[in-house]
Amino acid sequence: MTDLFLELNCEEIPARMQNKAIADLERLFLDALSQGGFAPKQSRTAISPRHMALEITGLIAQQPDTSEERRGPRIDAPDKAIDGFCAGAGVSRADLIEKDTGKGVFFFAQIDQKGASLERRLAEMVQDILSQFPWPKSQRWGRSRMSWVRPLHRVNVLLDGKAIAGQVDLGGSMSITFGAETEGHPFYTDELISLTDFDSYVNDLKRSYVIVDAAERRDLISAQAAEKATSAGLNLRADDGLLAEVTGLVEFPNVLIGKIDDAFMQLPAEVLVTSMRVHQKFFALNESDGKIAPYFMTVANRLPDSETDALIIAGNERVLRARLSDAAFFYETDQQQKLEDYLPNLEQVAFYEGLGTVADKVERLQKLIPLISDSISGCDTQAAQRAAALSKADLVTGMVGEFPELQGLMGSYYALSSGESEAVAVAMRDHYRPAGPSDRLPETREGLALSLADKIDTLVGFFGVGAKPTGSKDPYALRRAALSILRILDEADISLPLDTLFVEAARLHGFDTADADLGRFVTDRLVVRLRDSGLAYDTVAASVVDGDISQIDRQVKRARALDTVLSTETGTALIAGFRRAANILAAEEKKTGSIDAGTVNPALLAADEEKALFTAVEALSQASDETKGGLSKAMQGLADLRGPIDAFFEAIIVNAEDPDLRTNRLALLAEVRGAMMQIADFSKIEK
Amino acid sequence: MALDFQSILLTLQQYWAAQGCVILQPYDMEVGAGTFHPATTLRSLGPDDVWNAAYVQPSRRPTDGRYGENPNRLQHYYQFQTIMKPSPANAQELYLGSLEAIGLDVKKHDIRFVEDDWESPTLGAWGLGWEVWCDGMEVSQFTYFQQVGGIECDPVPLELTYGLERLAMFIQGIENVYELDWDGVPKDKGGKKYGDVFLRAEREFSTWNFEVAETSRLLQHFKDAEAECALLLAHEPPLALPAYDQCMKASHLFNLLDARGVISVTERQGYIGRVRALAKQCCEAWVGVGAESSEKGTN
Repeated sequence: MTDLFLELNCEEIPARMQNKAIADLERLFLDALSQGGFAPKQSRTAISPRHMALEITGLIAQQPDTSEERRGPRIDAPDKAIDGFCAGAGVSRADLIEKDTGKGVFFFAQIDQKGASLERRLAEMVQDILSQFPWPKSQRWGRSRMSWVRPLHRVNVLLDGKAIAGQVDLGGSMSITFGAETEGHPFYTDELISLTDFDSYVNDLKRSYVIVDAAERRDLISAQAAEKATSAGLNLRADDGLLAEVTGLVEFPNVLIGKIDDAFMQLPAEVLVTSMRVHQKFFALNESDGKIAPYFMTVANRLPDSETDALIIAGNERVLRARLSDAAFFYETDQQQKLEDYLPNLEQVAFYEGLGTVADKVERLQKLIPLISDSISGCDTQAAQRAAALSKADLVTGMVGEFPELQGLMGSYYALSSGESEAVAVAMRDHYRPAGPSDRLPETREGLALSLADKIDTLVGFFGVGAKPTGSKDPYALRRAALSILRILDEADISLPLDTLFVEAARLHGFDTADADLGRFVTDRLVVRLRDSGLAYDTVAASVVDGDISQIDRQVKRARALDTVLSTETGTALIAGFRRAANILAAEEKKTGSIDAGTVNPALLAADEEKALFTAVEALSQASDETKGGLSKAMQGLADLRGPIDAFFEAIIVNAEDPDLRTNRLALLAEVRGAMMQIADFSKIEK
Repeated sequence: MALDFQSILLTLQQYWAAQGCVILQPYDMEVGAGTFHPATTLRSLGPDDVWNAAYVQPSRRPTDGRYGENPNRLQHYYQFQTIMKPSPANAQELYLGSLEAIGLDVKKHDIRFVEDDWESPTLGAWGLGWEVWCDGMEVSQFTYFQQVGGIECDPVPLELTYGLERLAMFIQGIENVYELDWDGVPKDKGGKKYGDVFLRAEREFSTWNFEVAETSRLLQHFKDAEAECALLLAHEPPLALPAYDQCMKASHLFNLLDARGVISVTERQGYIGRVRALAKQCCEAWVGVGAESSEKGTN
């Protein structure tokens, strides 16, 4: 058993690329070693801005030699055949052996093959994997022809603690010879660290001020931050994205706490947080009452030292003052005119090729609102329309130009300062929500209406000009828009006929009608959403009608109700009954070509079991006929059907000798099937 | 004692001269960044296999003007630019050495290399590298050029760009650019601060950039530069350097028009594309002509 230890030392790898890069490195080596027959067992990795390390244990160092005796043609075969065999076996004719097999005399070739050596193959593997590494973006340097994420300095390849011979050819007559030494923190030590194995590497690097394991760095930052916050009587505002990024920016984290000038505390909290996060990668803090505190946290890449820490904090505070002065400047100048005075500028901003300007979009939204707000009880249509009119005005303000992620929010602040109502401002603030699966819904009915209008307009518009998502490509996040629409309808319990609404939205775009693929696109998302919520896939398939978006809410409720019924013992029995009825009918249909069972003649129902089933199925048909509120009745009707079905199949022979009775019983079963299919497509249930 | 503004500049020149750089003077035209200097743009491509140069370049960004009222934003400021082709193996070390030279002890500060993919749509150029942060302040751009004028760079040049005012503010611990000590001479002996040298210019140029510039004339100048560039490129043999001057001119005129707010969002892309087309053709002409003349040189 042999252990591989690989270490790469390069200039700073962008933080956002590190996690994927180390996973790729691990996967590529494991794959190559498996394919080469070296049977890797276990692996470990570590990554920091300047280091990547990979350990793979339990490898076969030397594959056994193989030997094979291969039978060729008869000795009297034509020369051509014999030469062909020699070429295939890689031997010369003189080396052939003649042997009598009992069925004649044949040529045999002895083929010996040396087993592959890991050490020899590894050098090639390193070259292949490194020169084709899947960086999202990579570069050449010096005269190199090979690309890496940033210039690569050291490639260390060790087997059982010893460096192997070899090199990476970078092209342009540049190369890196494999070694067994790496650097520590470049500002603190010039001494090189000798490498042997993964564990001592991690420890030795720590002594040279590099914490090479990302999870350890992250936890250290969290712990230091929590401790400093607590001792200042503050709480850290959790920001996992920022934590992950900062973890990829430092090798020896030192969390420092600094002060925000009081002058800037008048800015909206979101502006402070965003400016600090985007520009400076600072964490924000809260007071104990949850309000934003006049402090920030930064993570330096160095040893703690009280004197220099103070200098570094002062430097960071100075930079922050300059940044926040900019934000304050935007906040002030943006409010020098009313929000509606920005509207003409939207005529200059293209929405999308073929879909006009953002001003056009705003006009469409205002027209869509009443068509939606009618279906949302208690929605103030006028307020929603006003919010629609102003919803995009903040896109041309200085603040949103600087921080696009504050769109919507800045609009609501500026709306309030322009004298708009709270209802309008809140709807504007919320209208991009939900921006993802973990985002909240708009808080008010007006916000829900505007959010729906915005997403419907986008979806219908992009489909209308043929910009539909394909495969994994969805550059305009249309899947997310559709999912958000579905989430709002479901979670806010809104019943909205999307089919007619899409047609109206399409007409506002100037199209004749909505794109034909839209219905299917939305129900596909519905299927995904329902499955993700934990419903069985066959239940979902039975409940969702492909392309039917006239009553999304009903389909959702039906799926859930059905799931509840089917998960009971009654449900299992029902499915068995349905299947039995369907099979009998299918057999009959096959025999006679078609079945016209006609309607059930109540007069011909002889046995009690027949009569009971007829009563139950009639009740079910009526229950499922009703629209609103009928769902629970329909489910009750389904459950009530179970007893009579079971009893029917227990006692009744469908294949009665009397043809009239037989036809009537078939008609009864057809009615059972029909009534159940009214509720859901039970033929898709597989349990 | 922290270095004054001009000493920082002189020290950087000396430092990079000692690393074997050709020390050049600023290019005598209005440009938006030191990268536009032909010593960077054109020399990144050829004809020399090795090209190391450093220079100060006044840079004009009309939209950044604040009438001298913002302590951090200027429509005219200085960049110090170093270009080294091929990029040296110890590039980061050399750079940190330059910070030490101007009195920035990297052991006492928090130096960070933060991802920054550089792209110049007007030059048809891109590269990878970082913003270099010192205690949270971006003090330099560090870029390995990959392409200029749509042409692949081989060997790869390293470009270092220092924002001199920011760097000096950091070194002097000053929060208002106009308070920077320019010459180290005491005030009562006639010493000058940054504001003494540039405040009036910031006010007057901001007014011109934002309010006064006659846009129809600027538009005509843009067309003229474009036409002149085409004429020079059509010459046999193409006159790459004078043509590139016209390209720089067109780029700056576009920036002025932008500051005057007369270029709509949709038109913007069009103008950028026109400048890029000029830059590309100039680079192509430069590479072609450069190759010929260096061949002649060796004959």
